[in-house]
Amino acid sequence: MAAQPKPRIKVPKEAKAGEVVSIKTLISHEMESGQRKDKDGKVIPRKIINKFACEFNGAPVFSCDIDPAISANPYFEFSAKLTESGTFKFTWIDDDGAIYTDEQKITVN
Amino acid sequence: GKWSRVAAQQSLSEDDLLRFEPLGNVTILHLTDIHAQLMPIYFREPSVNLGVGDVAGLPPHVTGSDFLRLYDIKPGTPEAYAFTSEDFVALAQGYGKMGGLDRIATIVKRVRAERGEDVLLLDGGDTWQGSYTSYQTKGQDMVDAMNALAPDAMTGHWEFTYGTERVQEIIETLPFPFLGGNIFDAEWDEPAFDAYKMFEKGGSKIAVVGQAFPYTPIANPRWMFPNWSFGIREEQVAKNVAAARADGADIVVLLSHNGFDVDRALASRVGGIDIILTGHTHDAIPEPVLVGKTLLIASGSHGKFITRLDLDIRDGALRGYRHRLIPVFSDIIAPDPEMSKAISDIRAPYQAELSRELATCDGLLYRRGNFNGTFDDLICQALLDIREADIALSPGFRWGTSVLPGQKITVEDLHNACSMTYPNAYRNMMTGQMLKDILEDVADNLFNKDPYYQQGGDMVRVGGMGYSIDPEAAIGSRISSMVLLKSGEPIEASKEYVVAGWASINESTQGPPIWDVVEQYLAQNPVVSVEENQSVKIINRKS
Amino acid sequence: AALFSIAGHRSTWADVPAAEKRIMDFAGGKTPASGKITLTAPEIAENGNTVPISVNVESAMTGGDMVDSVIIIADGNPNPEVATFHFTALSGTAVATTRMRLAKTQNVIAVAKMADGSVFMDKKEVKVTIGGCGG
Ligand SMILES: [Mn+2]
Ligand SMILES: [Mn+2]
Repeated sequence: MAAQPKPRIKVPKEAKAGEVVSIKTLISHEMESGQRKDKDGKVIPRKIINKFACEFNGAPVFSCDIDPAISANPYFEFSAKLTESGTFKFTWIDDDGAIYTDEQKITVN
Repeated sequence: GKWSRVAAQQSLSEDDLLRFEPLGNVTILHLTDIHAQLMPIYFREPSVNLGVGDVAGLPPHVTGSDFLRLYDIKPGTPEAYAFTSEDFVALAQGYGKMGGLDRIATIVKRVRAERGEDVLLLDGGDTWQGSYTSYQTKGQDMVDAMNALAPDAMTGHWEFTYGTERVQEIIETLPFPFLGGNIFDAEWDEPAFDAYKMFEKGGSKIAVVGQAFPYTPIANPRWMFPNWSFGIREEQVAKNVAAARADGADIVVLLSHNGFDVDRALASRVGGIDIILTGHTHDAIPEPVLVGKTLLIASGSHGKFITRLDLDIRDGALRGYRHRLIPVFSDIIAPDPEMSKAISDIRAPYQAELSRELATCDGLLYRRGNFNGTFDDLICQALLDIREADIALSPGFRWGTSVLPGQKITVEDLHNACSMTYPNAYRNMMTGQMLKDILEDVADNLFNKDPYYQQGGDMVRVGGMGYSIDPEAAIGSRISSMVLLKSGEPIEASKEYVVAGWASINESTQGPPIWDVVEQYLAQNPVVSVEENQSVKIINRKS
Repeated sequence: AALFSIAGHRSTWADVPAAEKRIMDFAGGKTPASGKITLTAPEIAENGNTVPISVNVESAMTGGDMVDSVIIIADGNPNPEVATFHFTALSGTAVATTRMRLAKTQNVIAVAKMADGSVFMDKKEVKVTIGGCGG
């Protein structure tokens, strides 16, 4: 079995109000596509992260519906434009129902 | 031109070669693709270098007598010898070897003596790889020799085949920047190298933006530098040019290892670049090629040439230039004593092995050309024979020196043709379909009509098999009439053949190093005959 | 880097009806126009297992000038869907980057659906090559 998926985030610690900041996220995950076969010719069942979402102080910033064509260790880079300090919450949803989350604070001045 | 007349008077001198009416306030010297050639060498330019699409018939896709006509060069002159394959053997015997880093040092010192501080010496890369001593020292021989020459910046390609750790170790010691605005960290997509450096010369600010070979992880083993991502990254080039302008650059120079056709396309699509110093495709073009307002400079390879480009930069812009691609005739340009000493010290521990004789060749051994080269024919013959294969494949590298008829083939000559960090000679079963796919894939890298899809090598060399190629066709339909030479039978898509080759980009490729295979073959064939390779037929070629 | 041509797209996709159908579903039956959206991808993939792709849609991302979502399609993969990005006013810009798998040389297509229902499209051919030659 693969190790527990581990998220990693790059978010600036500070931003100016109204500034567009870039956010980068990675999560370790094999993203088994459901297309591959094992040695005996049996299809290896699909097991992917199928949804990623980023919220800020509870409001949606960016999300992504994910298909098996997304690479292993899914990477997302997107932007946010904030007017107040607060907390980003990142959520990844696995095919098996597991939910992985991470949070990052940012000071907006 | 100029040199032809003095040569005709039997009086070609160093002063004649270096005579240059200075212009403006800054001089750029450009070297590229030396491929670790410390010593003077013979290097035959290609007789076949086809261009497709918009660039058909344009330099650098002009060779032989067409080249002589285009640039008004008389046959038999020093320039004819330096720039073309015409009468190569006879002229090589007359005019001697070219290059040598000690001769180049003489030129650099003379120009610096004349122009003082206002000289920029720029190295376009493919500097650390391509010889026995560079392989033995993991590039240190070239690093030491180039440091003595004191370039102001470099970029790279084959440098990366020493692997991430070694490249980083060397770069930390370099007294000048290794630039690569198109190299990014593969995990977080952040710049991994400095994109540009600003120089103040002659009262002007000159930004030198580095562009490493975009397809390094595709043409060479990605596993050797897994954390670096490359690519043309046109948008990034534009951003770096804009940043350099915003930083106060009067002119922007792209020190590029893109290859000529890629740079010509880039110049037409990205504004604000005054000069592109091109590299990678090993073209020696005696005059700048102008694309819009951008000057493209192609300075050849293997130390055969060095470009001197005088610039008149005034009021924040390039007002004029004067250019010469100086052929480095080693018998005419005096070696710089300090560099000669440094080179002989570097080579001393290896001298006996370097000069060890392996065989004699009764014809010319050369590599460059889109489809064939006799040195690759020799390598393929060795693979077929020693590895007992039906078919041999040898990559279409553009580096490697020439050996004249009657010369002894030494260990040094052999390694000049195959020195690399992934030399294993594999032996695999491949179906006819796989062989077709490989030929189609490589042909598309060479002849794709969109230069951004070109990787800048030549066609993979094939031994034991013939084929026809239509360079103008689309991928999948360029290659036809594949035939197994030993039986004369057509290659069958589903049939398996024993294929031997070398320089696989796959990790853990098994087999002896290619130089051992060729040496073993030469031991059994002390006199090598090379015949003209007629197994590749070019078809449906327009014009 | 050829521009998308509406006139040509049906015939060039004759072998990829699944991709076309998915785009038509996403676009609500509208034919996507060119412009507004830029898809950035390498000309040649360094590694078909992880090909970086970015989209950038021109939009103020306020009031009525909003990008709702962008779908990424690969017309030569076993399943054409790759991902769907959803943007909000908090996104600030409609830009996003991810990494995808490409089974072979094919077109990657990005279609943006604006808040007003208009749809825009860009595409880029990414070559997946055997590699291993050089100058
Ligand atoms: Mn190169
Ligand atoms: Mn080179």
